[in-house]
Amino acid sequence: MTPVTVKGVNPADVKDVARAQTDENRPWWVRTYIPAILGGMGVTMRHLIANLRNRRNTATIEYPEVKREYSPRFRGRHYLKKRPSGDPRCVACYMCATACPADCIFIVAGEHPDPAIEKYPVEFVIDGLRCIYCGYCVDACPEDAIAMTRDYEMAGYHREDFIWDKDYLLNWRDRVEREDGYQPYEGEIDKERMSRGRL
Amino acid sequence: MDGTGLAISLAKAGFVAFLLLNAVPLLVWLERRGAAFIQDRIGPNRTSIAGFALAGLVQPLADVVKFMFKEDFVPPSANRTFYLLAPIITLIPALMTFAVVPFADVVRIGERLVQMQVADLNVGILYVFAIASLGVYGVVLAGWASNNKYSFLGSVRASAQMISYELSMGLSVLGLVMVFGTLQLDDMVRAQGARLFGVLPLWGIVLQPLGFLLFVISVFAETNRLPFDLAESEAELVVGYHTEYSSMKFATFFMAEYIAMTTGAALIVSLFLGGWQVPFVSSETLNGWTADLLGPGAGSWLAALIQFGSFSAKLGFFLWLFIWVRWTLPRFRYDQLMRLGWKVMLPLALANLLVTAAVLLVIDGAAGR
Ligand code: SF4
Ligand code: SF4
Repeated sequence: MTPVTVKGVNPADVKDVARAQTDENRPWWVRTYIPAILGGMGVTMRHLIANLRNRRNTATIEYPEVKREYSPRFRGRHYLKKRPSGDPRCVACYMCATACPADCIFIVAGEHPDPAIEKYPVEFVIDGLRCIYCGYCVDACPEDAIAMTRDYEMAGYHREDFIWDKDYLLNWRDRVEREDGYQPYEGEIDKERMSRGRL
Repeated sequence: MDGTGLAISLAKAGFVAFLLLNAVPLLVWLERRGAAFIQDRIGPNRTSIAGFALAGLVQPLADVVKFMFKEDFVPPSANRTFYLLAPIITLIPALMTFAVVPFADVVRIGERLVQMQVADLNVGILYVFAIASLGVYGVVLAGWASNNKYSFLGSVRASAQMISYELSMGLSVLGLVMVFGTLQLDDMVRAQGARLFGVLPLWGIVLQPLGFLLFVISVFAETNRLPFDLAESEAELVVGYHTEYSSMKFATFFMAEYIAMTTGAALIVSLFLGGWQVPFVSSETLNGWTADLLGPGAGSWLAALIQFGSFSAKLGFFLWLFIWVRWTLPRFRYDQLMRLGWKVMLPLALANLLVTAAVLLVIDGAAGR
């Protein structure tokens, strides 16, 4: 094997350079670490003073008053979409429940009175505590019936508060305003990329 | 001791205890807010009374209330007696050590001259070392009694660290004891009122710069503060010896840490930075001025107040240094800690002692004593 050479560096010197950088070859006052410690304390003091002067550089987001801007693809609490008639778009095909890795979607299918629509969900429940917010259900849905919002403020006093039934999933956005989050992909599908496992 | 003397002693003890206990919430506030600003955060600023958060100063109050009402849990496998005893054993020495720290010059009450120091022991420094080292028993007991491997490791580390650094701590002060020729802290502080060539105050730090450095480092190690907080090590040992402690018992450890920190800072100030001496103004000059202003009785009070202010300012700086260093330096690795203690600090302290002794011998010889 030929030695790897870096332009301008004589391979014979490399050892010396490496040795020169070990502790033993630094001057004694560097080796006390005191200059380095004082330098570090200078850095922290500079930050302290700058942050006392103004809050321009502080990373804190003062939460309830100020909220973080999330991406439009944020995967927050789900909602079920409606048809113009107000019925759910869902046809109870179980695709989302099948795709769900957390196994937290429970559907009971029923016959729809409209013969054009084959089935509809009599019950549609998502367990918000088991859900991992992966968005697979959104991707799986052939009817564009389930989507996600940018809602991350999910707190409750009881576990039952997180069992979201059909009525809740259809209507909760009427009560609280939340921006759209992760939505089904609507562009062209690149077969090539898909074969590599990407949409 | 007559009745008045007793009353005065009690008042002084009460004053010091009050001061120390109230320093704790202030320090916690300083630590949390200071840390936040150093790390580009904001820190606690929400808790408020009637809308006044006082820059987060109300937070410690809420913390105390929380500590009092939290469940007081004793692990079933713990050794109950020692488990309950440990926080007390940690707190008491921390409080006791401060007794010998003088915080102002003598004050005149009527005919009486009152020393502003809880106890002027003639073994001053020895008392400090004797009592301060007792604190580690609390830490060791806590770790052992909780019956938890992390706590146990924490206390083993604490005891090893304590032994290693106590040596260099004692040796670094010995030089000062030789220079001043006394063990009494009050006498030491008084001696530091002298000036070199009429300009430079002859503080301990001027006489013993290396001793100062070694002592400060040892105090950091003795109080288990970063970079020497191996007994706690949040990352590896959860929080070491007090992992199993909750509610007020945990708060007691917390208090002990901050009080030990205050005492350590007070010792640094008294030994090396002139204690209550106001820089460039000797106690006699100051007392002269205030006596002209208010008469000898009230004048001595004003002078004492000014000196107490000077003491507090220096103390405050060192307390801030503790916090500042904590948020600047990372923790040592254990072998580094031991190497620093035994192979660097101890030889340096010994060398410092030898050189001091030699110089003193030469000076005394020249003076023909
Ligand atoms: S987001 Fe993922 S885990 Fe949650 S319901 Fe949909 S598929 Fe299941
Ligand atoms: S995949 Fe869509 S249509 Fe099918 S059950 Fe789920 S939400 Fe309904």
